[in-house]
Amino acid sequence: MSAARVGVVTFPGTLDDQDAARAVRLVGAQAVPLWHADHDLKGVDAVFLPGGFSYGDYLRCGAISRFAPLMDELVPAAKAGLPVLGTCNGFQILCEAHLLPGALTRNASLHYICRDQKLRIEQTATPWTNAFAPGQEIVLPIKHGEGRYVADADTLAELEANGQVVVRYLGNPNGSLNDIAGIRNAAGNVVGLMPHPEHAVEELVGAPSTDGLGFFTSILKNLVDA
Amino acid sequence: MARVIVDVMLKPEILDPQGQAIARALPRLGFSGVSAVRQGKRFEVELDGPADEAALAEVRKMAETLLANTVIEDYSVRVEG
Repeated sequence: MSAARVGVVTFPGTLDDQDAARAVRLVGAQAVPLWHADHDLKGVDAVFLPGGFSYGDYLRCGAISRFAPLMDELVPAAKAGLPVLGTCNGFQILCEAHLLPGALTRNASLHYICRDQKLRIEQTATPWTNAFAPGQEIVLPIKHGEGRYVADADTLAELEANGQVVVRYLGNPNGSLNDIAGIRNAAGNVVGLMPHPEHAVEELVGAPSTDGLGFFTSILKNLVDA
Repeated sequence: MARVIVDVMLKPEILDPQGQAIARALPRLGFSGVSAVRQGKRFEVELDGPADEAALAEVRKMAETLLANTVIEDYSVRVEG
């Protein structure tokens, strides 16, 4: 059986792609580097959009990345059901690309926040969170200046009613509405969150937990079972 | 040649902590009588030709596509001069 192939996208200014690729390999999947300037998804089974400061966060976080050539391929593929996970800047890009509703804005405190954050998994019916138990509490690192999730009242109500809130903060660090740390699209295949599962997969590097592994074992299980 | 101004502001219902920080700083600097400040972005778009209706429609499209995120921001377009 050939290994599940998870694409990891690199934009100019992406920082977390190597950690993401390492986490993908750690659970036994194959990490496939994807380059922002290529019109090529290389036939991957899923895509990880890592964090960083793509295109320098110019204009708005993710606003320029959304128009990268690779996104011309990724947007229709995601709409057709390809599992996509965006963390931090990846989440911002998914919102700017309108693959996820709402937007990420400046932290209410105006401070850049870098700390270990308690979270609760609210939704396990996604290809990226099915290895968790509903309501499971985990700890992941967060590191962002613009992570305050906002959406209009109707969108928020819809997210809550449809079970699209995937991860919630326990102790809101940035002023996100409804303590939202991560959401999924209506179909469930696209997930975005501000915390960093790829930084919490090995104790050796001083991670606060290995809770991030669940996101990677989830996608592997999902691809192998498919 | 014409210059078109695009102003982009957070929608009124979106919290603007930067504007709030500025409003809080003003009294410390001796400026009184300010009840609120909201911060936005101004783009000066230089056109090769005149700012006719077709060109303005194009600028509005630019604003909609890139300059503003209409999920959280409103924009307005006007010709300078």
